[in-house]
Amino acid sequence: MIEEYQPPPLPPPFHHHHQHRTQSPATTTTTTTTTPPPPILLTQGAEAHLYKTHYLNATTHPAALKIRPSKPYRHPVLDRRLTRQRILQEARCLAKLVREGVAVPALYAVDWEGQTVVVDAATGEERYGGAWLLMEWVEGDVVRVVVQAWERAMLARFAADDRSPSSRRRQADGGSGSGPGSEVQMEVDGHGDHSDHGDNGHVERKREEERMKDLLRRIGAAVGRLHAAGVIHGDLTTSNLILRPASSKKEGEGEGEVDLEGEVVLIDFGLASQSVQDEDRAVDLYVLERAFGSTHPRTEAFFAEVLDGYRASYRGAASVLKRLEEVRLRGRKKSMLG
Amino acid sequence: MSSSFVETIELAHLPPSMPVHVALYRDVKNAASLRQQLISGNADFEYAFIDANMVLSRAHALSAVFRAVNDSINGRLKSRNVHSEIVFSFSPANNIAESFRKFGIADSTKDLLVIKVSMTPDVTHDSVATHLSQHVEGSAVPFDDETLSNIADVTKIKKAYKLGALKTPPPTQANGTQSDGMRQLELSVLGAIALRGAT
Repeated sequence: MIEEYQPPPLPPPFHHHHQHRTQSPATTTTTTTTTPPPPILLTQGAEAHLYKTHYLNATTHPAALKIRPSKPYRHPVLDRRLTRQRILQEARCLAKLVREGVAVPALYAVDWEGQTVVVDAATGEERYGGAWLLMEWVEGDVVRVVVQAWERAMLARFAADDRSPSSRRRQADGGSGSGPGSEVQMEVDGHGDHSDHGDNGHVERKREEERMKDLLRRIGAAVGRLHAAGVIHGDLTTSNLILRPASSKKEGEGEGEVDLEGEVVLIDFGLASQSVQDEDRAVDLYVLERAFGSTHPRTEAFFAEVLDGYRASYRGAASVLKRLEEVRLRGRKKSMLG
Repeated sequence: MSSSFVETIELAHLPPSMPVHVALYRDVKNAASLRQQLISGNADFEYAFIDANMVLSRAHALSAVFRAVNDSINGRLKSRNVHSEIVFSFSPANNIAESFRKFGIADSTKDLLVIKVSMTPDVTHDSVATHLSQHVEGSAVPFDDETLSNIADVTKIKKAYKLGALKTPPPTQANGTQSDGMRQLELSVLGAIALRGAT
C-alpha cells in the first residue's frame, strides 16, 4: 500500500490549517468553505520547503512561503542559530533590493525565531517549528523553461531548412530525430546557402535569435542591478530567474512564438550575501555562465549577450568582467584549500 | 443597525477566532480625550489608535496587525498588549515610546485609524461598533486604499521609515491603481515592518 505523502507540519501561525484538516476526517477532500486554502507544497529541498500561499487575504497578495525546518541531527542551539542567520540573511537581502528598486520578490513577513514547538500530527512528537519567510509571489516561468521552449520552437521551425526534402517530410511526420544535423545552428553566420524559401527562413531565424539575445542582455542587466545594489546572489542559474510577463500583452503577437518579453526577476536568495568585491561579483557571473552552459548547451554561444547586458548596466561592471577572465582560468574557488 | 463603518477582517493564517475590527475616521474632534483614556489605562479603550496620516494603504496597516498578532501568538510581545503592539509594529525601530509618538494618536489627530483584535469571544463586530460609535466623534470613512491615499502624508511616512532616499523609478505606464513609485514605497515599508528587531 502506498501511503500518501505527508509534508512536515507547518510552524505557527500556519499550523492551524493543518488542524482544520485533521479536525474533519469525515470529508477528506473538502474543508469548510469559509476556510481559506492551506499553503500548497511546491518544492522540498535540503534546506527549505517552498509553499504557494497568500498574505493578508486570499486574493490581493499571492505569496511564496519558505520554511527552513529544524534539522533534528544538529545540536539544537547551533541549529537555531544557523537557521535564524540564514533566514535573516535572505530577508535582509530581499528588503534591501526592494528599496533599491531591483526586481526581486518583496519581503512580506519573516519569523526568524522559530522557537515555537509544533506537534507532529502523525507521530504526536513535539519539535521545534523552524523559521519562515513570506514573500511576494512572482508570476511567470523560470528562464530555464523559457529558453528550453524557445530552443524546441527553433528546432521545429528551422531544422527542416537545413535538410533534404525527405528528411523534412520525416520531421513533419512527427519524427524528432535530434542528431547533430537537426541542431539549431547557433553559429548561424557560417552557412548562407539557403535555397528558395530558405531565404525567408534565414531572416526569420535572425529575428528569433535577436529576440533571445535581447532577453539575455536583460538578464545581464538584472544581475548588474543586483550587484550595483551590493548583493551577491550566490546561486545564479536560469532556474533562479523568472520572466514576469508584462501586465498587458500585445495583441496579435506570438503566433507559435515563445514569449520572451517581460521583466527578469531574480528569485531564491537563500545563498545570497552582501558584497561589493569584484571577486564575489565575478564568481556570481561565473556560476551563471557554467550553469547556462550545462543547462542550455545549444544557446551557450549567445551567453556573451548576458555579459554585454551586464557591462552596460552599472559603473564597475568592466572591472568585474576582467576579473571574470581570471576566475574562468582557475575555477570558482579562490583558494585551492577547502 | 448601522455598524457597517467597522470592517471585520480575518487575516490569512491567523486563527479565525481572532478577527480584526477596523474603523477609519476623518475630522475627529475628541482625539485628546481618547488619548487620555489610553494613557490612564482604561481597559474599555484598549484599541490601537493610529494616526492615519502615517498609513499608506490597507496592506501597510494589516501588515502591522499581522506582525503584532503573530508575535502575540508566539508569546513575544514587547509591549503591554496586542493593541499597543500593533502601534509598535508600525515602527521600523525598537523604541516603543518613539513608535507611539510617530504612529500613535496625538491630541491634534484629525484622521484616526482604530484597530481592535478579538482576543476574547466577547469582543465582536457589534460590540466594537457600538463602543466606537459612542466614543469617537468623527466621520467614519471606508478603510480602503483610495481613502487612505488621500489621508496619507507620504513625506512623513518616508521620513519615519528612513526611505527619503528611495529611488523612485521612472513611471512606465499608468495602468494600475498604484504608481510604481508608490508600490515600491509600500513594499519597502512592509519589509521594514517585517524586519524590525532583527539583529
